[in-house]
Amino acid sequence: MGPRLCAAATSLWLAAFVTSQPAAAATLRVMVDKISFAPAQVSAHVGDTIEWVNSDFLAHSATDRKKAWDIFLPPNATRSVKLTRAGEIDYYCRFHPNMVGHISVAP
Amino acid sequence: MHRKLTAALVAASLVGGASAYAQGAKPNDAQIAHIAYTAGQIDIEAAQQALKKSKNADVRAFAQDMVRDHKAVNEKALALVKKLKVKPQDNDTSRSLAAQAKAKRAELAKLSGAAFDKAYAQNEVAYHKAVDSALESTLIPSASNQELKDLLTTGLKIFQGHEQHAEHVVSGLK
Repeated sequence: MGPRLCAAATSLWLAAFVTSQPAAAATLRVMVDKISFAPAQVSAHVGDTIEWVNSDFLAHSATDRKKAWDIFLPPNATRSVKLTRAGEIDYYCRFHPNMVGHISVAP
Repeated sequence: MHRKLTAALVAASLVGGASAYAQGAKPNDAQIAHIAYTAGQIDIEAAQQALKKSKNADVRAFAQDMVRDHKAVNEKALALVKKLKVKPQDNDTSRSLAAQAKAKRAELAKLSGAAFDKAYAQNEVAYHKAVDSALESTLIPSASNQELKDLLTTGLKIFQGHEQHAEHVVSGLK
């Protein structure tokens, strides 16, 4: 393989790689403090991770209303979930249903 | 009818306690701390009774949540009064709350099965409602120390959550 062909193949491969890769997956942090989720509204993409940091002295949960996940959040702990599907997610705390949050997941 | 009356009594006792203070002095921080701690203790004892008597998974899970949360709040309250060097002071409101809770436990002790579950869950809704209203109308506005006020405000949000949780349990039992 000549050097020129090799370079062309490399750039093709790079182009293919770059176009097939979605934006780098992000980790979006939600603080759980004083019996609320902050921010309560989050915009994310498929592949992103939501990370809840519970700084309350009580246990909470992040529970998907459609029951796709139910994450127990012990006091002073961090838990996360990876978003695998696009859509609108309403979630709440099972123990304190007055705590609610929403995640908009774009493809 | 009976349930409503009991709820009204609890509310009346809290409000009555409040109006008694209104005529004289409002409750001081030592009394407020005692009332809040007593209210939490009462709910822990109610939950412990439920854990002994109930076989319903939702009722038991709710009772376990009440024990865990109210213990955590009361531990916070104890740590705070220690830090502030305040000695919780017994008072008429605490005493009437305790007396009514004892009567309620005796009433619930006579029930079993679904009848107990329903009566316990409905009382949890009414009890949290009464405590929340006392916190909002009297205890939080009367607290003079800011840290105590903050803890009571957090407590109010927690107990409002419990009220909603209890309502879910009640609706699940029907």
